[in-house]
Amino acid sequence: MSDAQTTQAVPADLTPFQENWTRLRQNKAAVAGLIIIGLFLITATFAPLIAPADPTAQNISVRKTEPFTDGYILGTDDLGRDLLSRIIFGARLSMTIGVVSVGIAMIGGVFLGTLAGFYGGLFDRLVMRLIDIMLAFPYVLLTIVIVAVLGPNLTNAMMAIGISQMPRYVRLVRASVLAEKEADYVLAERSLGTGNFELMFGSILPNSLAPVIVQATLGVGDAILSSAALSFLGLGAQPPTPEWGLMIASSREFVTSAWWIVTFPGLATLLAVLGFNLFGDGLRDVLDPRMKD
Amino acid sequence: MFRYIWRRLLLLIPTLIGVLTIVFFMVALSPGDPARVMLGERANAQQLEQLRQELGLDRPLGEQYIRYLGRAVQLDFGESIKTGRPVMEEIGELFPATVELALVAMFLATGLGILIGVISAVKRNTWIDYSAMVGALVGVSMPVFWLALVFIMLFSVGLGWFPTGGRMNVRLWFEPITRLYILDGIILWFREGDAQYLISAIRHIVLPAVALATIPLAIIARTTRSSMLETLRQDYVKTARAAGIPERRVIFRYALKNALLPIITVVGIQFGLLLAGAILTETIFAWPGIGRWLYTAIAARDYPAVQGGVVVVSTVFVLINLVVDVLYSVVNPRIRLQ
Repeated sequence: MSDAQTTQAVPADLTPFQENWTRLRQNKAAVAGLIIIGLFLITATFAPLIAPADPTAQNISVRKTEPFTDGYILGTDDLGRDLLSRIIFGARLSMTIGVVSVGIAMIGGVFLGTLAGFYGGLFDRLVMRLIDIMLAFPYVLLTIVIVAVLGPNLTNAMMAIGISQMPRYVRLVRASVLAEKEADYVLAERSLGTGNFELMFGSILPNSLAPVIVQATLGVGDAILSSAALSFLGLGAQPPTPEWGLMIASSREFVTSAWWIVTFPGLATLLAVLGFNLFGDGLRDVLDPRMKD
Repeated sequence: MFRYIWRRLLLLIPTLIGVLTIVFFMVALSPGDPARVMLGERANAQQLEQLRQELGLDRPLGEQYIRYLGRAVQLDFGESIKTGRPVMEEIGELFPATVELALVAMFLATGLGILIGVISAVKRNTWIDYSAMVGALVGVSMPVFWLALVFIMLFSVGLGWFPTGGRMNVRLWFEPITRLYILDGIILWFREGDAQYLISAIRHIVLPAVALATIPLAIIARTTRSSMLETLRQDYVKTARAAGIPERRVIFRYALKNALLPIITVVGIQFGLLLAGAILTETIFAWPGIGRWLYTAIAARDYPAVQGGVVVVSTVFVLINLVVDVLYSVVNPRIRLQ
């Protein structure tokens, strides 16, 4: 975001990690993103300790209580469930979904991309054709169709998001493997008798990971948005799960009567995604200045 | 040049066959029996068997697949289970609604996005730049379906400025001319001297278009900014300034013109995505377009509609991307050599 900050002088004699860390700390956007992500991770981990109430406990007598009344900080929903507690437990789900979906996409994508880039030839062409076909489907539509086939639930939503995001990693990794595999250090290792597997995953891959890490960070935000969208359409989490997208969906009938039920779950989603995007942008500036859009 | 376009068109064939294949097997393998869906829960075994025979569902999967491919290349996807009408006919009627929404949203996103991006680049590292870019990042992170609900809550329910959904006031019935209601409204205004159709069409499209424009707007603003920063650094821009050309002219005539390349690409890709049907936005605003129709078809397990809809939407998406690539190579000859 701010080019001036990333080009600041970095003291010499640092390991690459320390060097990047120093640069990252000078990038205000990245730090802000990291703080937001940290807060959400802490909230997710300690949800039962932080949440003031049981997220699924209904209490009809206090339904649709306005925020800041009777100890309900964000108010209650139509079944009298504490909105703040539901959002806190929702963080658990969203963080898990984000990380698991990106994990699926990344593992599959890195594996296919490395093999395709390393071996080339027919296998490479097959993989790239498949990727072209996958990219012919608009992303949201692809996730919806996959979930429709697998059946609507949270696990399948994660699978669908993971599969839909996979092409990005295949392309990224394949391109960097192609660039790396003729490098001197690879030739040197090969002449020392290092096997293909070791070469691919031990030598080349670690040197190709920077853009993957950036993509993965941005991908988590994307996955959180997608899973909320799927749940909103009834294709992801099912009631009474405190999932943000589902909460937004069920708030549709209250646009005339209870603004807080509509507003807060969406704000939580927005903030979490913003955190990953801020951090991802910052990481990109630090790890690979050429990749800036 | 023509060889490049020709090669890209040829590559389209395996991709589209792949799309057709994936869609076929996804539907064939998805749980549930199409015959059961069509006849409902109370159908008996004999009726089910008869329908399966009629639909060819009793044939081996391979045979079904070949027949499906043969019909698909003639753009025949059969009849919708829900309405009994040919799938392509339904799509043809709904597509203009999606096109209209996408055009208005893209118009907003491109105009504002480029303007914000240019201002940000020119006022680089000032508070204007920072707030514009934080705003753009918020835009990229926005759950659009939620934004749509908030819009409805504030501007429809709260202030009563805009309707909550639909394309036109239901009491204003008219015979569609182009099926682009804004255009139809203008035509009717001239023909009958009555602007109420136009006004109603515009009032209905504002909220969905603004909601839909959010993400493309943010992406275009970000791309414009970085592309402009790149060109503003170039020597020819310095020369132009040194020659005493007014700053406004340097920015818009000299720098922006050369910064347009990546912007055009992004605009094209985003437009393709919007044309593919804004499933969420259309659903929330009850906008009778292809996205909402497709979502209903998926939910109702209307297999022919799902097959036809997904194939058409993906084809449009791929074609738009192809046009973008070709345009790009026209503007930037270096691409063709690769």
